[in-house]
Amino acid sequence: MTLDQLDRGQRATVLSVDWAILAPEDAKRLQAMGLDQGAHVAVAHRGVFGGVDPLTVTIGRMTVAVRRVHAAAMTVEAI
Amino acid sequence: MSRQRRAALVGNPNSGKSALFNALTGARQKIANYPGVTVERKAGRLILPSGAPVELIDLPGSYSFDAASPDEEVTRKVIHGEFPGEVQPEVLVLVLDAANLEQHLVFAQEVIALGRPTVVALNMLDLAERDGLTLDPAALEKALGVAVIPTVAVRRRGLTELSEAIEQAEARVIDASPATPARATTLPERRQTARKVAKAAIVGESAGHRIHAQVDRVLLHPWIGPVILFAILFVMFQAVFAWATPFADGLEAAVTAISDWVIATFPGGFLRDLVTQGVLAGVGSVVVFLPQIVILFAFILVMEASGYMARAAFIMDRMMAGVGLSGKSFIPLLSSFACAIPGIMATRSIADPKDRLTTILIAPLMTCSARLPVYALIIAAVIPQTTVGAGIGLQGLVLFALYVAGIVGAMAAALLLRRTVTQGAASGFIMEMPRYQMPRLRDLAIGLWQRAWIFLRRAGTIIFAATIALWVLLSFPQAEPGESQIDASFAGMVADGVHTVVEPIGFNREMALALVPAMAAREVAVSSLATTYAVDSESEEQTALALEHEVAARWSLPTALAFLAWFVFAPQCLSTIAVARRETNGWKWPAFMVGYLFVLAYVFAGLTYWIAVALGL
Repeated sequence: MTLDQLDRGQRATVLSVDWAILAPEDAKRLQAMGLDQGAHVAVAHRGVFGGVDPLTVTIGRMTVAVRRVHAAAMTVEAI
Repeated sequence: MSRQRRAALVGNPNSGKSALFNALTGARQKIANYPGVTVERKAGRLILPSGAPVELIDLPGSYSFDAASPDEEVTRKVIHGEFPGEVQPEVLVLVLDAANLEQHLVFAQEVIALGRPTVVALNMLDLAERDGLTLDPAALEKALGVAVIPTVAVRRRGLTELSEAIEQAEARVIDASPATPARATTLPERRQTARKVAKAAIVGESAGHRIHAQVDRVLLHPWIGPVILFAILFVMFQAVFAWATPFADGLEAAVTAISDWVIATFPGGFLRDLVTQGVLAGVGSVVVFLPQIVILFAFILVMEASGYMARAAFIMDRMMAGVGLSGKSFIPLLSSFACAIPGIMATRSIADPKDRLTTILIAPLMTCSARLPVYALIIAAVIPQTTVGAGIGLQGLVLFALYVAGIVGAMAAALLLRRTVTQGAASGFIMEMPRYQMPRLRDLAIGLWQRAWIFLRRAGTIIFAATIALWVLLSFPQAEPGESQIDASFAGMVADGVHTVVEPIGFNREMALALVPAMAAREVAVSSLATTYAVDSESEEQTALALEHEVAARWSLPTALAFLAWFVFAPQCLSTIAVARRETNGWKWPAFMVGYLFVLAYVFAGLTYWIAVALGL
């Protein structure tokens, strides 16, 4: 399962990230923010007006907004 | 031997760095740009406990030395002493968000590993406590090996202790052995260490009530969130018009009083005319818009300081993605409502170059505060002061419509640009949502003062000079008896030339004349009209009417509406063109920007005029 498919509020661990499908700057920024293999994450909010993009992800005590493409690159496992 | 001592504030974005900077330096700040790049350089004076002054620099927030954006690049270069013309700061003040240690300690390790004199400010301790965290600064100090000072910048807690620690670190610089950088670590290693250190420093962690998560539930709600955002923006534009009126009236009365006093006190002649018709009529007519500009900036600063601006970016991201941009472009574009210059400068946080270029090109379409005087004047002159529905003024509504026209134009332009000249892959949107904070009056006051000062300085320099030059051109050569002064003047001749071009779109000659000095700054259009009518009235032996009455009496409605439409699009500000040139490293893009905006302005002013005439308005 990838992060974009995770139910809102469900906590999960990032198992792997397919960095190759992301823009290099985006990959760098996500890594710097700790959105990387092994991170504990949850989806807090998803989209506006019924859409699915963008979403906010909580990681530790931080909340980060990302696009669906970023979340789709992250394979997660619910905990 | 005395030397200029320097210290730099460094830390992650959202670490409360700027509030700490304000608290440490007060209003003694200098805002400039780093040479060659338009990243804002904020510097101020910090007086150490011993009385020695230190120049304190507020470096752009960074997640890593491995820079992903132009402003992170500045931080890296300044700290490493690689920035040309910038002296390497001796002491680094590392600002950490106490409630987000695990994150902020990752970059902190990179900074500490440089081996330079470093002091840690464990900032926003109050917010950490609100979140249910109890921290042990001593444990953190032990783990990091540098002094850790708990601070709450907004309550001025820990500032003395921080100054003392900076002084001690400063003292160590003198007998400094050369810095010995620690061995390089990898990002996963740093993250692991950060986790360990944060765990050791957190002695208590109750579930706490995480206020921001609950507020987000409303403000980021998929349906309620956007409604709230648009409501805030609507109130903002209504406020700009309604709340400012008493202050603007007061300023106007003051200008008139000064003018009357000058006329009563000094003998008539060239100099008195210059002061009353040139300086006071021109500069005075622009200064009265200060209250509106202050109100607009107040809204923007509150949105930024409270943490709401990032939420607004989140809500806008979907819409911006529709035209090939991201929510990140929303912040520069919203700043452009105040002024395109800080707006264009704020694009530096956009990592994608195509995205950034597109945002720069459309930023002038956002209705900047310099256009406000023009809009305000024309609306007050030709739109009746009635209400439509409960409490909604028609004038405010027209103003709102003009803003919307600019936004729609910008979005359409972005859509087109992204498919043609700035074609490229869709950009990403990655942005930290800062925790909510009550904006502090002191920080707002400093921010507002800086913006107001920039506006007044423009009024005192560019607008002053343009007004005087125009007055001279209008007053000479002197008209023969029976001839209008404007017809006879040099300015009249220039206006005739411009007028042939803009006559088809309904502009009269005074408007054509106003367009020329308005290239220096848009609001000069107002002072130019004021000066023109002041000179004209005098030559016709009439009492000068208030400017809006002059306009109401002399302009037809289609003409006035066409003038408004022109200013929605016209790129009339040399400073914007200059900053676009610096940002895009050449004349190609600014030239393109000026070209497409003039075409848009001409076409839309024309359409407005012709349609209005056809409708019999």
